[in-house]
Amino acid sequence: MSAPGLQESRALYRLGVITPARKRIFFGVLVLAGLALPRLVYPVFLMNVLCLALFASAFNLLLGYTGLLSFGHAAFLSSAAYVTGYVVKAWGLPPEVGLLAGTAVAALLGWLIGALAIRRSGIYFAMITLGFAQMIYFLAVQLPFTGGEDGLQGIPRRPLLGLIPLESEGAMYYFVYAVFLAGFFVIYRAVHSPFGHVLRSIRENEPRALSLGYDVDRYKLVAFVLSATLAGLAGALKALVMQFATLTDAHWHKSGEVVLMTLLGGMGTIMGPSVGALVVVTMDNYLSGFGDWVTVIVGAVFVAGVLGFRRGLVGEALHLARNFPF
Amino acid sequence: MQALFGQLLVGLINGSFYALLSLGLAIIFGLVNVVNFAHGALYMTGAFLAWFGLANLGIGYWPALLLSPLAVGLFGMVLERTMLRRLYQLDNLYGLLLTFGLTLIVEGLFHHAYGNSGNSYPVPEALQGGTDLGFMFLPRYRAWVVLVSVAVCFASWFVIERTRLGAYLRAGTENPRLLQAFGVNVPLMKTLTFGFGVALAGFAGVMAAPIYQVSPSMGSSLVIVVFAVVVIGGMGSIFGSIVTGLGLGLVEGLTKYLYPAASSTVVFAVMAVVLLFRPVGLFGRET
Repeated sequence: MSAPGLQESRALYRLGVITPARKRIFFGVLVLAGLALPRLVYPVFLMNVLCLALFASAFNLLLGYTGLLSFGHAAFLSSAAYVTGYVVKAWGLPPEVGLLAGTAVAALLGWLIGALAIRRSGIYFAMITLGFAQMIYFLAVQLPFTGGEDGLQGIPRRPLLGLIPLESEGAMYYFVYAVFLAGFFVIYRAVHSPFGHVLRSIRENEPRALSLGYDVDRYKLVAFVLSATLAGLAGALKALVMQFATLTDAHWHKSGEVVLMTLLGGMGTIMGPSVGALVVVTMDNYLSGFGDWVTVIVGAVFVAGVLGFRRGLVGEALHLARNFPF
Repeated sequence: MQALFGQLLVGLINGSFYALLSLGLAIIFGLVNVVNFAHGALYMTGAFLAWFGLANLGIGYWPALLLSPLAVGLFGMVLERTMLRRLYQLDNLYGLLLTFGLTLIVEGLFHHAYGNSGNSYPVPEALQGGTDLGFMFLPRYRAWVVLVSVAVCFASWFVIERTRLGAYLRAGTENPRLLQAFGVNVPLMKTLTFGFGVALAGFAGVMAAPIYQVSPSMGSSLVIVVFAVVVIGGMGSIFGSIVTGLGLGLVEGLTKYLYPAASSTVVFAVMAVVLLFRPVGLFGRET
């Protein structure tokens, strides 16, 4: 799947609109703004956005940069959330251990599902990941430790490393923010490394990448596992923030939602998925009073995005900047 | 023993629906090159139209069996003309995403109008009752579903593989540009094919109405299983999708008898095994 956003940013590099210095300033301002934000906006909302932004960014590593549409990323989000919740609640372990355990399980699951799914490509890849995610959903309904329909409720927020209390939303926010930045940095580095360039070459022309001697399947698998791991990190974090893990996060709607975030924000752009997550979470918040209409509106946004807005918000912004360079 | 045959029959019924739906998906994918996520939602729409017709307009089962797929097919053709058509020159993943969005819209609307609970649809009078076969009781309607599904599947297979129209269809799958150069109206053919594939889903919906509860979410959980069926069978052959659909229904029924807890996941487990040993699918062609 081609990612229109990427060509735009490349063109902007050539025009000199994006320069390393400007990029540093942009990210610097953004990071500082993130530190000040909880004074202005409700922290729980922000944490939700950050978790889903990390989820969508991890997903974009596959869709935007490798050209693989996974329709089952809810599996990694939810399995990590369940494991983290269980480890923290039932075994009484501290949050950092829970986070690691959840992320590790998502990584393992990503390796299992990824190894099978990459045996097919394109449309089949999407159907396979969707199928395995549905399997995880059914397991979550049936397995005793997930709490079935009720989910895991009342996951405690123990002090981080036994030292830093996380009960207050403010303290929790900075912890979530730090983890988000770390995850985002990993994605940024992966995308801009030689490894990331091989992924892009696979997306653009898989047979050529193969004929150049790259072990395409291996690269795909590594990208899949990395994406699943970071999606798991997002899920684990979300379980700690919300203090619950439920079936909602395992449902195929969630797998679709992350596609929507990435599409809306701009696939193949580094900031796009985060912008998309912000838009979708905001939309969910404001529309929650409309009941069933939310699904209809989300569907309509999806259709509109696919039909006429494939660059996404960030992609469109880059396109504009290219036509009117400053 | 009674329980085993009972579960196998349920499996066969489910398998008939898998076959009907995966056949529609395969036909659409073959010519139109779109994986129709909305297939489940349109199946649900077909069932709802039948239910609505009986409850409000006095339209019985038999007319519904014709009218409901017709309405669903027309709706599908409108979707193809107005939306899907714009995506043909793009990656076919966009078609999946578009139909995913449409699924959310259709299901959301039905949820809003009819809530989450299921509505029951009576078995038509002529097909009530059943026969005792000695080793099991066979309800007449269920036998009807299996027979009709198999008949429809084979009729579709015959049309596609043995008639002139089917030859056009197969030619369009192989090389649409060349076919167009020979003077065949390929865009129209795509519209009609999409309409027909979707009408099959609507037809399956009407058939399902007396068996399952008619509810807004009846389609989407089914379509995901059907996707797995398609991966297992491979979309290469029509015959393959029929056999795979029925076969997996039976496997599911058998699992329900042997180890009920795994019955909802067994299809996906089979998918994993097939991917491990024969990634192109049981009936798929190497490309």
